[in-house]
Amino acid sequence: MESLVKYLWIIPAAPLLAAAAGALLPARRRRLGAGLAIGAMAVAFLLSCAAFFATLQPGRATSNFRWFQFGDTAVQLGWVLDPLGAVMLVMVSFVSLLIFVYSAGYMAGDWNFTRFFCFMSLFGAAMLGLVIANSLLLFFICWELVGLASYLLIGFWFQKPSAAAAAKKAFIVTRIGDLGLFLGMLLLYSKAGTLLFYDGGRGCLEQYAAGSLAASTVISLLIFCGAVGKSGQVPLHVWLPDAMEGPTPVSALIHAATMVAAGVFLIARVYPLMSDQAKEVVTFVGAVTAVFAASIAVAQNDIKRILAYSTVSQLGYMMMGLGAGGIAVGMFHLITHAFFKALLFLGAGSVIHGCHDEQDIRKMGGLRKLMPLTFATYAAGMMALCGVPLFFSGFWSKDAILDAAHQWPVSKAPFYLGLIGAFLTAFYMTRQVCIVFFGKPASEEARHAHESPSVMTVPLAILACLAVVVGFFGTPAWPWFQKYLEGGRPAFDLSKIVAPEQLTVMLLSAGLVFAAILLSGLIYVKAAARPSRETDPLERAQPAVFALLNRKFFIDEIYDATVVRLTAVFARLSDWLDRAFWGGLVRVFSWLVVALACLDRAVDESVVNGGFDAGTETVRGSGKWMSRFQNGQAQRYLRVIGLAFCGLLILLLWGSQ
Amino acid sequence: MSTPLSYYLVVSALLFSVGLAGALARRNAVLVLIGLELMLNAANLNFIAFWRYGPHAERLTGLMFVIFSIAVAAAEVAVALALVIAIYRHRHTAQVDRFDSLKG
Repeated sequence: MESLVKYLWIIPAAPLLAAAAGALLPARRRRLGAGLAIGAMAVAFLLSCAAFFATLQPGRATSNFRWFQFGDTAVQLGWVLDPLGAVMLVMVSFVSLLIFVYSAGYMAGDWNFTRFFCFMSLFGAAMLGLVIANSLLLFFICWELVGLASYLLIGFWFQKPSAAAAAKKAFIVTRIGDLGLFLGMLLLYSKAGTLLFYDGGRGCLEQYAAGSLAASTVISLLIFCGAVGKSGQVPLHVWLPDAMEGPTPVSALIHAATMVAAGVFLIARVYPLMSDQAKEVVTFVGAVTAVFAASIAVAQNDIKRILAYSTVSQLGYMMMGLGAGGIAVGMFHLITHAFFKALLFLGAGSVIHGCHDEQDIRKMGGLRKLMPLTFATYAAGMMALCGVPLFFSGFWSKDAILDAAHQWPVSKAPFYLGLIGAFLTAFYMTRQVCIVFFGKPASEEARHAHESPSVMTVPLAILACLAVVVGFFGTPAWPWFQKYLEGGRPAFDLSKIVAPEQLTVMLLSAGLVFAAILLSGLIYVKAAARPSRETDPLERAQPAVFALLNRKFFIDEIYDATVVRLTAVFARLSDWLDRAFWGGLVRVFSWLVVALACLDRAVDESVVNGGFDAGTETVRGSGKWMSRFQNGQAQRYLRVIGLAFCGLLILLLWGSQ
Repeated sequence: MSTPLSYYLVVSALLFSVGLAGALARRNAVLVLIGLELMLNAANLNFIAFWRYGPHAERLTGLMFVIFSIAVAAAEVAVALALVIAIYRHRHTAQVDRFDSLKG
């Protein structure tokens, strides 16, 4: 483990190199570009697996080095290998690898294919770097790189104005959160004197864990700000649904499986310094986000937007799990969610691809028979997301969160919000699957839909298997994942499942899920069979509520009317101030300077130049006059010398008398 | 001691004056050189006279000095005549007042 951690940097370095090479490749070297990215990610995945197996022995290894020094202060960076990071490494590199392979099929027709893989590799490198970072500074650097890659990839189809706007929105909104993270980082540095997480007892997390520093709510909340921005929590969730303007593999990779999980991972990483109040805030923000986003997802019509709001909602669950239950609870949902949400997004991509770039679910329908493989895998992902009991990973991870919320001593509200969220999740996922895959095709595109090539369906199948299997690593009966993170040995104990506390929560959530699936199925299978699918059954029943949800609680409009307008007014004011006031001042000064320069020039030309001219003329004239004495006649010189000698002689003779 | 020292000195002074006049007034470079030789020899005569009438007439110092001076004068004249011939070849004249290319 100690020896491995020294070479941990190779994991992010491999895709980074691939990104650099991809940036230099000419656009026509498509196969090479994709091959480089996939190969580098495969290397990263294999190394991550090695790192993962090393962490099966409990412990933590770090490798720190000095970046630069100013005065007495040395800025140190480093990497850490511990279970928390290793499991993220494996998840990120594995999901990235599958999505890279899938992209090779999905983006095959794109003219900018090579550049796409360059950006994807950059993203992979930044995300892997973030996971291994042992310093909040290095974490922050990679965090910003992830944001940059996200910006580039959301705006990948920059010809579309909506994509360009979405990229800008994502960048700016996450920047608001990052400001908090940055301030938190500075504050933490001033308190702890180091930004290293683990440094043989001197790292900031170790100081907090050992109790030598009291947990600070301010620092915790500022760092949580960063997580709110990146992980799309209320109120900074607005960028995530818009980010669906990017290509679907990007949505799958960045906005479902990995990048948005960075915020959750951040909280898990700095968990020792979170104060109790901060954990309460995290829990409540997560719970509110979970219900809020799930309710919006009920009324969306874009296949990817539904999944986007679902992601926001699930991220809320993760935050709730972190706040109420601890690292293991939140991280377990992060891992299971990464697999099934990547599966769902890739499935949605397959549907979009098969329907010739149609994204409106109302125009689909009946794809069950036309795209059987996609349907089967999508259904697995949907059931995992809904939390269908026992056989799907989402059930176990969500149950752990609900159980933690149930036992949370502070308040029961997050538990009830979580239950409502679970109901809504099952409802909107069933609605989506019914409308997309059941009934009759509602458009020409859907009638001519075709199954995707195997380069796309094989990753789907692998992810579908994982969406089921991963859950068994964290059941209450065999909590391998929790023990792995905490560094203990799991014990197999079936009786834990049937403990009354557990069983109540489990039965409650399972009952809600089944009720939601049944209700939604009843409504939407019928609706999907109808030839006219323009209006949703909910819309007919409750037009006002549906409109409210469909317009996302008018959050975008509210932001437009308040924050954006305020910013615009302020910008205009600044513009006016700049042009009229400061510009005027500058102009006055420039006139003054010009006038001074004109005066200067006049003085220079008349006085200084004239004086010099006169002086040189005098010197020249006198030189001319003097040069007449030197006429080259040696005899005349001699005569002058002789006369002078005689004169001198006479003077001396006279003087001597 | 028949002839007093002042006689030699007067002859030497006359000789020097004649040489100086020749060097300053003649146009021909060769004659200017002859004037210079006269002045040198006037100086030599002075040497001999002062040696002969000096306190250590038995030591031959003045004589030796003059012999050196004559040898140096001979060398100097050789160089000067070579210069005159070189200039003559170049400018086809030996008139000193035409040699004025060193004027300012």
